[in-house]
Amino acid sequence: MSYDALPGLVETREAFGETTLVVDPARLLEAARYLRDELGFSFLSDVTATDYLGWGDQAVAGYIGTAAGRDLNRPGSHGLAHRPVRKPKRFSMSYHLLALRAGAPRVRLQTFVDDGEPVESVIPIWPTADWHEREVWDLMGINIVNHPNRVRILMDEDWEGHPLRKDYPIGGEPVRFSGEE
Amino acid sequence: MATVERHPVQPGKQLIYEGTRIPPRCPTILDVPAHLAGNEDINQINFGPNHPSTHGVLRLVVDLDGELVVGLRAVIGYLHTGFEKTMEQKSWWKCITYPERIDYLSFQTNELVFVLAIERLLALEVPEKATWMRMCLLELNRIHSHLVWLGTACLELGAISMFWYTFRERDQILDLSEMVCGTRMHTRYFQAGGLAEDIPTGFYDECWKFVEQMPKAVDQYEDMVDRNRIWLERTKGLGLLSADDAIALGQSGPCLRASGVDWDLRRDQPYLFYDRVYFTVCTREHGDVWDRYKVHMDEMRQSVRIIAQCLEQLQKFEPGAPWIADDRKVVLPPREELHTSMESLIHHFKIVTEGYRVPEGEIYTTIESPRGEMGCYVVSDGGAKPWRVKFRAPSFVALQATATCMHEALIADMIAIAGSLDTVMGEVDR
Repeated sequence: MSYDALPGLVETREAFGETTLVVDPARLLEAARYLRDELGFSFLSDVTATDYLGWGDQAVAGYIGTAAGRDLNRPGSHGLAHRPVRKPKRFSMSYHLLALRAGAPRVRLQTFVDDGEPVESVIPIWPTADWHEREVWDLMGINIVNHPNRVRILMDEDWEGHPLRKDYPIGGEPVRFSGEE
Repeated sequence: MATVERHPVQPGKQLIYEGTRIPPRCPTILDVPAHLAGNEDINQINFGPNHPSTHGVLRLVVDLDGELVVGLRAVIGYLHTGFEKTMEQKSWWKCITYPERIDYLSFQTNELVFVLAIERLLALEVPEKATWMRMCLLELNRIHSHLVWLGTACLELGAISMFWYTFRERDQILDLSEMVCGTRMHTRYFQAGGLAEDIPTGFYDECWKFVEQMPKAVDQYEDMVDRNRIWLERTKGLGLLSADDAIALGQSGPCLRASGVDWDLRRDQPYLFYDRVYFTVCTREHGDVWDRYKVHMDEMRQSVRIIAQCLEQLQKFEPGAPWIADDRKVVLPPREELHTSMESLIHHFKIVTEGYRVPEGEIYTTIESPRGEMGCYVVSDGGAKPWRVKFRAPSFVALQATATCMHEALIADMIAIAGSLDTVMGEVDR
């Protein structure tokens, strides 16, 4: 299948037997509509976001790894002497799509955004995106726009911060209803 | 909305209702109709979060006009435990124990989806014996999950005796689980590369006993309720979901197949050795509570078939055939080697303290869990801990269909309908 005509296509990646289509966030809806109507990806399996803050900043090289000393591509190799490939922006949004036909073709529609940059809701195309997008807003703080009901879903309504972000403090949760109150 | 493609449409197939019933404003909220809004007779009540028939801690905010449900909104999050965040802090090796706890009824399915993701990133080869054993346990687990669903779904509608019968067979499965893994639930038996330990002697005999008995048990269950008038009236024609709506709402598993969509990842996107066994994908066409019940029953019979074929294959292996990959950088060395081999001791120490490293990349693995498409999205930066883990929980998606299914439902039917979607709240909230 060819994805060259996909609106807003920035990059196509093939890795581990999976196809990733990176698109411009401004043209996400167009791309989504094209994938559903023209290529038959009628089933939205999952929507998720990843925070790449600090990605590749700490050395991921192993404790004894050197580039010359080990076969870096071998499974379980401890010598990863390179830094992971930089991401264009802080967050990635991934839409995992499936076409319900022979061969079960899957594709990952991906877009990169910065903090607060708007991402159009894909509910008009796949209604199942509703809760997935609420979760992405709740836990990762991606600014989903034009969602009919963008409220927190897993955390409390009055929760502050977005727990799945990499800069969210771990273990420092304030105690509510302590004896002093 | 453009028409959604229906996978193999049977000729002459009747749509259960024309058009779509997905609420137009927001797909998961059933709004009170305009002519009733502001009416003093509309009562808003909380169904749950603590209610014996909500399968955990589901809260439904329901607007009632008499006994009729006119508005509905599902509220979740009461069981949120932050599994995904926790897994980012643990090494790959230690993470395997978390996915099981997400869904406490199909623990081994969840374990497998994460283990498969690691294996694909590492390009690990799994021995055949381990793959057959995984399939065998997965199908046992599927029956286990369906049994609990059947027992509790009947319990909620007042058919109490079913619960005791299903738990009789469920206990046998847990006994088998205990025999293999030492624990009854949350087994942590699947490792990256294969199984944690060899299959114990005597397992095949016990499992064969179960295979012989289970189909009779399924017949018994059906005898109990199939001609029960109360059961029939409380399930038939209720909670309708058409094939188009089911696909648009991302439904999967028994829910999708009960709506007439012939789709099963075990057949359509084979993993493990599902392409080497015979089984039938069970579908029904009306998409009501009854059909969902029937799909569950049929699937249990098919699972027994698969288990029998797995056992036949497993018994062909010589005793002591490898059950885990021979890659010392990922797999723990055999215990007895630690006393004699310095290298094994080092490998053991490094894997336990630091963990193995997984190549950089992102991957999305999917398998057919008892509740539908279970997905696992994993991002690795090449380090010893996952950068990001996300589970696509079929229950989470199934609950999005509540607003569509509750079309003109009575409050008593609401319990039957919510139950028929087969949700596990641990998985919904993660």
